[in-house]
Amino acid sequence: MTTLTVPRQSPGAGLRQTFSLAWRGLVQIRHNPMELGDLSFQPIMFVLLFTYLFGGAISGDPVAYLQFMLPGIIVQSGLMATMNSGMGLSVDLSKGFFDRLQALPIARWAPLAGRILSDSVKQGWSMFILMATGYAIGFRATEGVVGVLGAFGLMLLFTFLVSWFAVFVGSIADEPEKVMMYGFTVIFPLSFLSNAFVRTDTLPGWLQAFVKVNPVTHMSDALRGMLTGGPVLTNTLWGLLGALAIALIFAPLALAKIKRR
Amino acid sequence: MSHAIVAERLVKHFGQTKALDGVDLTLESGTVLGVLGPNGAGKTTAVRILATLLRPDGGSARVGGLDVIKDAHKVRALVGLTGQYASVDEALTGSENLRLIGRLLGMSRADSRARAAELLASFHLEDAADRAAKTYSGGMRRRLDLAASLIGRPKVLFLDEPTTGLDPRARNEVWEIVRELVSDGTSVLLTTQYLDEADQLADRISVIDHGKVIAHGTPDELKRQTGSQALAVRPVQESDVDKVLAVISEVAAGPELSNGTVTARVTDPAVLPAVVRRLDDAGVAIAELALRTSTLDEVFLALTGHRAEEEAKA
Repeated sequence: MTTLTVPRQSPGAGLRQTFSLAWRGLVQIRHNPMELGDLSFQPIMFVLLFTYLFGGAISGDPVAYLQFMLPGIIVQSGLMATMNSGMGLSVDLSKGFFDRLQALPIARWAPLAGRILSDSVKQGWSMFILMATGYAIGFRATEGVVGVLGAFGLMLLFTFLVSWFAVFVGSIADEPEKVMMYGFTVIFPLSFLSNAFVRTDTLPGWLQAFVKVNPVTHMSDALRGMLTGGPVLTNTLWGLLGALAIALIFAPLALAKIKRR
Repeated sequence: MSHAIVAERLVKHFGQTKALDGVDLTLESGTVLGVLGPNGAGKTTAVRILATLLRPDGGSARVGGLDVIKDAHKVRALVGLTGQYASVDEALTGSENLRLIGRLLGMSRADSRARAAELLASFHLEDAADRAAKTYSGGMRRRLDLAASLIGRPKVLFLDEPTTGLDPRARNEVWEIVRELVSDGTSVLLTTQYLDEADQLADRISVIDHGKVIAHGTPDELKRQTGSQALAVRPVQESDVDKVLAVISEVAAGPELSNGTVTARVTDPAVLPAVVRRLDDAGVAIAELALRTSTLDEVFLALTGHRAEEEAKA
């Protein structure tokens, strides 16, 4: 609101600043290679665990289960990773780096946009690792390159929208450690109470009712459609609609909270 | 511009708390204004408003002649901010931090690299340039903070408690940097809890308490107003305190007694020989006699009638 009467930054300058700040988010990996480990080992571990631990019990065959579950684990892992955006923001807020940025003559939206951009790159990397691991142990995409690229694009859009929830949590948490705690309390049940890992018809009726409206279910099915065949359009729309609702609720709340600090 | 900062009747509430209750501040170009006050007095709130991070609920402020609300963006191009609430990214190296800010200010890659190298050299951080900031000592961190706020050669610099938590040597290094900046023409608004810091650096001091400016002037004026020194006398015999009180009340107003020691604020160091003579005449044997510079606590006591620490808790 303070910027209304101020000559704004040109969009080009704002974009340049966004790229500089995204560079900042990525160059951190060089100093903290553990972060790349988190982005890589965790996906590998989850794919292997779910495939070989639950595959036999759920589908009678690990690879058959992998074929069903990999799209679901991509959605779950993407949701979890959105919390990193909230965590990073919370660190910036509590350490004062955010104020340093706000005191510079840069576009007001550049710090958040820069963070989202670098986190999207990390999302893309995680998803690549998930796919590669799946491929190594038997997953096969049947819908061609277009399907795979579509799945990547859809996930980036989905996680971008959902990450506003993480940004909101980051803006209200009084310390960065709490961001993960609050976030997981919501994301864990949300991602498991879906058909990401099990077929809806195996669940009790009352649970099915929730699972069927959960955007995670629609996203999992949309990715299944793009990677292994099945209906795409309706699921994509419902998945994105759910994510859009999250963004429309939490983006204004987060921005208001950050401005009022 | 003759005034780098003019703030008038600034008001800011946080819920029920009145952080600023009509604060006026003036910083003349090329000088240092020390804003002195205990924790929670409103110093940081004032700085955040002047640096465009916070909107005042009332009053107005101009920095470099520009309104901090209407021309916030132009103000940001004029100022640098360092302190408690404006720091660096600890995961990046010193050099990366400075280059990032250079890039954000629109410098080319080469220019931002050159400016970063120049500042790292002048702040004695070359050897640590490629180490992550989280490995820096407190003093190095503060110097990097300062360097980060100087990338764009600001006309007006806000230093929010720049030496809080630093050891005396690191504090002296920061003071040297500030003096050099001022000699190059930068105007500085400095908040501090330390009287000696304001005394060392500031041309003028505004004392803030409870969100209000309760005193303003040059360091010398303030000292005259509040009593620059504290005289403390402890007789060997505790029964002599009445005689000591009587002698001291002849040269200084309002002596106080605590733990067998009589203290009073004095403005003229020449009272010391007179006190010694009169105590000798009265036959009082003295265990301790000292004249020391007022602490912030004593300045506060003199100005407000209550101690600074009580404010910090409030």
